[in-house]
Amino acid sequence: MATGHFKEGIAGGRLPAEAYTENFADLHPPLDHHEALVEADRCYFCYDAPCMQACPTTIDIPLFIRQISTGNAVGAAKTIFDQNILGGMCARVCPTETLCEEACVRQTAEGKPVQIGRLQRYATDVAMEEGRQFYHRPQHSGKKVAVVGAGPAGLACAHRLAMHGHDITIFEARPKAGGLNEYGIAAYKSTDDFAQAEVDYVTAIGGIEIRNGMALGRDVQLADLAGAYDAVFLGMGLGGINALRAEGEDAAGVENAVDFISILRQTSDLAALPIGRRVIVIGGGMTAIDAAIQSKLLGAEEVTICYRRGKADMNASLYEQDLAAANGVIIRHWLQPRRVISHNGKASALELEYTTMDGDRLVGTGELLTLPVDQIFKAIGQTFAADSLNGSGQAIELENGRIRVDGEGRTTMAKVWAGGDCIHGGDDLTVTSVAQGRDAAESIHHALTANGRA
Amino acid sequence: MADLRSNFVGIRSPNPFWLASAPPTDKAYNVERAFKAGWGGVVWKTLGSEGPPVVNVNGPRYGAIWGADRRLLGLNNIELITDRDLQTNLREMKQVKMNWPDRALVASIMVPCVEEEWKAILPLVEETGADGIELNFGCPHGMSERGMGAAVGQVPEYIEMVVRWCKQYTRMPVITKLTPNITDIRKPARAAKAGGTDAVSLINTINSITSVNLDTFSPEPSIDGKGSHGGYCGPAVKPIALNMVAEIARDAETYGLPISGIGGVTTWRDAAEFMALGAGNVQVCTAAMTYGFKIVQEMIAGLENWMDEKGHRSLSDIVGRATPNVTDWQYLNLNYVAKAHIDQELCIKCGRCHIACEDTSHQAITSMVDGVRHFEVMEDECVGCNLCVNVCPVEGCITMQPLHAGEIDERTGQPVSPVYANWTTHPNNPMARTAAE
Repeated sequence: MATGHFKEGIAGGRLPAEAYTENFADLHPPLDHHEALVEADRCYFCYDAPCMQACPTTIDIPLFIRQISTGNAVGAAKTIFDQNILGGMCARVCPTETLCEEACVRQTAEGKPVQIGRLQRYATDVAMEEGRQFYHRPQHSGKKVAVVGAGPAGLACAHRLAMHGHDITIFEARPKAGGLNEYGIAAYKSTDDFAQAEVDYVTAIGGIEIRNGMALGRDVQLADLAGAYDAVFLGMGLGGINALRAEGEDAAGVENAVDFISILRQTSDLAALPIGRRVIVIGGGMTAIDAAIQSKLLGAEEVTICYRRGKADMNASLYEQDLAAANGVIIRHWLQPRRVISHNGKASALELEYTTMDGDRLVGTGELLTLPVDQIFKAIGQTFAADSLNGSGQAIELENGRIRVDGEGRTTMAKVWAGGDCIHGGDDLTVTSVAQGRDAAESIHHALTANGRA
Repeated sequence: MADLRSNFVGIRSPNPFWLASAPPTDKAYNVERAFKAGWGGVVWKTLGSEGPPVVNVNGPRYGAIWGADRRLLGLNNIELITDRDLQTNLREMKQVKMNWPDRALVASIMVPCVEEEWKAILPLVEETGADGIELNFGCPHGMSERGMGAAVGQVPEYIEMVVRWCKQYTRMPVITKLTPNITDIRKPARAAKAGGTDAVSLINTINSITSVNLDTFSPEPSIDGKGSHGGYCGPAVKPIALNMVAEIARDAETYGLPISGIGGVTTWRDAAEFMALGAGNVQVCTAAMTYGFKIVQEMIAGLENWMDEKGHRSLSDIVGRATPNVTDWQYLNLNYVAKAHIDQELCIKCGRCHIACEDTSHQAITSMVDGVRHFEVMEDECVGCNLCVNVCPVEGCITMQPLHAGEIDERTGQPVSPVYANWTTHPNNPMARTAAE
């Protein structure tokens, strides 16, 4: 019987203890002072900068980089937080290669953008480590707002409302605040418990109460919130998981990638976390990549991502795909799962079918492939669990399974706004959720104060 | 292959790159290293009168300004002339000259403005076998307060007097080093010529304070909380030096007077520009102090390569070639019309040309065309000022393109005249009067 790295089945302790620390260290170590100055000097201070336009929260990137270069990192942090109070996390998790850094003119000029994300992290780290708070609550407005979900959208909304003097109560289903920042991001992108540090930093403005273990539809009802508060902001995540639609998918060893990541993020002993010797991840998005890489980092011998379309169709950025490859993950395209083959109730192999495009339609070719496997992670997308809105079904309209909002984040239900992953039209990015939460807060403030005047 | 050998007022060196009188040439150790690296000559760090040497501050001697990536753009110093014993310097100079007979070794000298002082030191220097002397009339700090350096260089009569003494008491060629801390550089140059100097060298350093420490409110470099103006040099002073070289080169009274060009020479290109404006050779300091002696290898190879490419065979082919093209503003052709042109293939869309033009110039560059980010010159607004060229981060992306005679200047609606016409005859010039019939 093989031991250690090559233990059969699903097992923990595949690696020497110190390997876990190394494997799950910061993906992009922070820039030190000198590195930040060198990098900041590369910025051209563009007019109407493309990076700024590419940022969903429209951070004034040239200005904050110039502030770093002139020795004013704290001022740079304020420039960032003015637009994005979760700028610290966004600096870590934003797919900058498809946002600001893709738009950077240095990318056009020489294929090497200014490292905007790392500079943003430098500035926000300086301010947060110094405990610098840039915002304070003015006189209390006397208005109360309920926010559902303490993820990026909810926190951004709550902070902006607090800035306007309102009292906010956040109802959060999970034991900790932070949403996907706490439960969903790959561990090597958010080290040292940063998600909780950021929650503390954001709520330090005051006037924000977080009630954990309070799920909408279970512990609290939307209609009640709408009655008891002056306004409600819905900032829930996606609770539903798409089914694999493969025969035998209820076998042991077939798991949701988001659950795996969530458990990984909450575990205090990574060595104890069991992982399959052979892992297959089904899907083509960021969750698939995060699950696959972390499987590898936990010591899985063989990790394969199977995606039913081609490389260009993957939601994961090229950078993320390369990161997976660099970590030894094999990405296979044009394969869809057909049948989980079990042995003693445990998944032992996955039968897949090759796919192809028939015009606009994806079809199976009939050719089959069977891969031996110990653990299968489903990362084929999540859905909004609309049943949490029960009792308000008529008042709040959905669109493609998510909440319909207008340009200001207003739902079709009076006094209720929404933002983040639960609304239609988003792009599942932390930074977009922050923008939506922030903008909804401005709309709420406007509505509560007669055109913004308290 | 281009011939870089230089003969400057009879002083021969294998190339025109000399190290200027400064810390890099303070002692045999450095000078030997410089010659090994390939420098054509050195001007030994300024010698003073026999007796107790000057003393330097024991804190920072240099201040600086930087460009992006902390690239040194300007350096200033409050160091004085050599703080080593005169005899030690003379002994080392003699030995070095013996070791390196093919290299130029010039002694920089600064003694009080008294005939006996000059008369005393010149034979001592001559005895070393030095190829020539350079009179330090430029040092702007410390020595000037004692009536030497710039204190002499700022009074043309003193310059003429001292140069005359030197020509009287030595057979060595005399190079007079000029201070830029005056209003009209032609005056001291004329005085030096009147005194019989063989050449002038310029510029010495510029009075400067590089920065202020915002914690202590002391100027930098700070000596126990106080600072003093120092001599400024390095790439940032090159344009000032080029202009002063050109002023002397094209002045009727000093026309033909050999010039040793100094001031921010960092690359072969800088050297070629100084020589094109009339310098017979160049002296370098800050570039060596920033990067070490090895940079001379880039200078030699670069100058050679450029001369080969252009078919210039010797330094005399290039020295002074640009001088006739330096003129007064009033003689510039007002009928010459150029327009900026942006190469869309090279444009990286940073928008700096647009905002520079929009905020500070003539509103002649678009930022958006048909809803797309696009930077293009509007010729009907462009006055051809060149600001966009200068702020563009991509070399060669924006160029100034002259309009041909007969083409319509869209800004004025007038065809470009083929005739040269300048301000002296322009109708708006109140001084332009036609002679009475």
